[in-house]
Amino acid sequence: MPSSPLPAVAIAGVRKSYGKLQALRGIDFSIRQGEFFGLLGPNGAGKSTLISIIAGLVAADAGSISVMGHDTVKDFRAARRKLGVVPQELVFDPFFKVRDMLRIQAGYYGCGKESWPWIDEMLERLDLADKANSPMRALSGGMKRRVLVAQALVHKPPVVILDEPTAGVDVELRRTLWAFMTDLHRKGTTVVLTTHYLEEAQELCERIAILDHGQVQVIETTQQLLARHPFRFLRLKLAAGSVLPESLRALVSGEPNGAVELKLETARHPIASVLETLRAAGVVIEDVHTRDPDLEDIFVELTGGDDA
Amino acid sequence: MSPDQIGFQTLLKKEVMRFWSVLGQTVTAPVITALLYLLVFAQAMQGRASVYPGVSYTEFLLPGLIMMTVIQNAFANTSSSLIQSKVMGNLVFLQMAPLGPWEWFGAYVTAALVRTTLVASAMLLVTIPFVQLPINAPLALLAMFLVSSASLAVLGLIAGIVSQKFDHIAAFTNFFITPLSFLSGVFYSVHALPAFWYQASHLNPFFYMIDGFRYGFFGQADVPLLQSLLWSLGFLLVASTVCMWMLKTGYKLKK
Repeated sequence: MPSSPLPAVAIAGVRKSYGKLQALRGIDFSIRQGEFFGLLGPNGAGKSTLISIIAGLVAADAGSISVMGHDTVKDFRAARRKLGVVPQELVFDPFFKVRDMLRIQAGYYGCGKESWPWIDEMLERLDLADKANSPMRALSGGMKRRVLVAQALVHKPPVVILDEPTAGVDVELRRTLWAFMTDLHRKGTTVVLTTHYLEEAQELCERIAILDHGQVQVIETTQQLLARHPFRFLRLKLAAGSVLPESLRALVSGEPNGAVELKLETARHPIASVLETLRAAGVVIEDVHTRDPDLEDIFVELTGGDDA
Repeated sequence: MSPDQIGFQTLLKKEVMRFWSVLGQTVTAPVITALLYLLVFAQAMQGRASVYPGVSYTEFLLPGLIMMTVIQNAFANTSSSLIQSKVMGNLVFLQMAPLGPWEWFGAYVTAALVRTTLVASAMLLVTIPFVQLPINAPLALLAMFLVSSASLAVLGLIAGIVSQKFDHIAAFTNFFITPLSFLSGVFYSVHALPAFWYQASHLNPFFYMIDGFRYGFFGQADVPLLQSLLWSLGFLLVASTVCMWMLKTGYKLKK
């Protein structure tokens, strides 16, 4: 996908406080058109506040945001027509049936009957076709989540923000949702994702920003982020009676399932030398396994171990 | 039709569908309540209360009852819709949509007018066997109906914006709307009141709405039509200015 000079979302100097709490302390970054962008951070990092400001639900104290070149305050109508947001909370209007709700939502965005085939297509793609005439209140939580996704997409926005769309949903819905979003992304839609499932972000996102304490800690491509810390993990299952030598104890990062996991800096602790140390100390190893750091490891490094 | 017009039309349609889906509660129930008032008060007061020359008490009562019901339902329509959306959390769908303050204002108020038109028409229809009202000033009747309905619809919007839970709306209704609508000359002519209450009634905006509406039927009222119209228009103007300021600034809507 060729990148365009006009950013999909441009955030400049955005600040927001709630009383004495500084939720956002000056956020500056841009999301390129056609990107699958991850916005990660621990609880209370400011992700939802930032998304709410982009969506027009919260007023920023300072700074500006534009969506596809349209200021979200001064030119809010054009900006909102370019944006679809899937809110985190499972909200719905109990008065309406699923298809009616989607048609109403399309109308808010100035779309008439021409949007109805697209609505029916979304109902099919999100496995909602047999619920099209069901009242919203009769749907399960997972079904309501699907309707929220469809509502955000009724006007075919070029930029979609998904605020923790897979929180508390089953595997089937996750697969359905990601297949649908990946397809939209392939067709050119910019997707911004916040999630607590870091493996999802690692798999889907091309670029990631990590927020913590209201500030952007890092913004890099996923590959850059993963290569940022040149270390590997060595997991050892020691035989009964074997003890890890004192010189390696400082490298222990965890003890999953009775094994010992060592965090090794590639330059300082080559795996071969670690294994040689173990052999020299007479340690008997039952099993050995290595792995590269994943996004969760990077996230823990950057946020000091707060939950994603 | 422009996208903004489609947006407005959709919000209006949605608001009408909302009350239409519970028509028994939003139209039938207030009509039945008003009919009960008519039956009880007409029986109890006929021949006792002093009203206009040539106008029976039952005839006098009906326009007041219609306007009281209109006032209460216009307020209820906008305030309950907004507070339900707030409490359920689905107001975000509207807040994130490319709809401006005028579309919100216009759609909510117009939907309330549709409901009050239904309620008033139903009341007139079902009372035909008991009371045949003359219509002496149809334009005045229409103007007073529209201005009064719109005023209370706007007041309901303000209440919905300010309120954060159902209790707040109930407080508005119980301590403001109901007392003022009952003390506005629905059941009596203010000329029959002691001097203090006669004067106090003239500070009640609902009194002018009911009095002006009654003028439309009988061609006579407690105060001149122009005075009723100006008071009602002034109320509408003040309420609309406050409401538009709230909508434009996102008062109590945006965090």
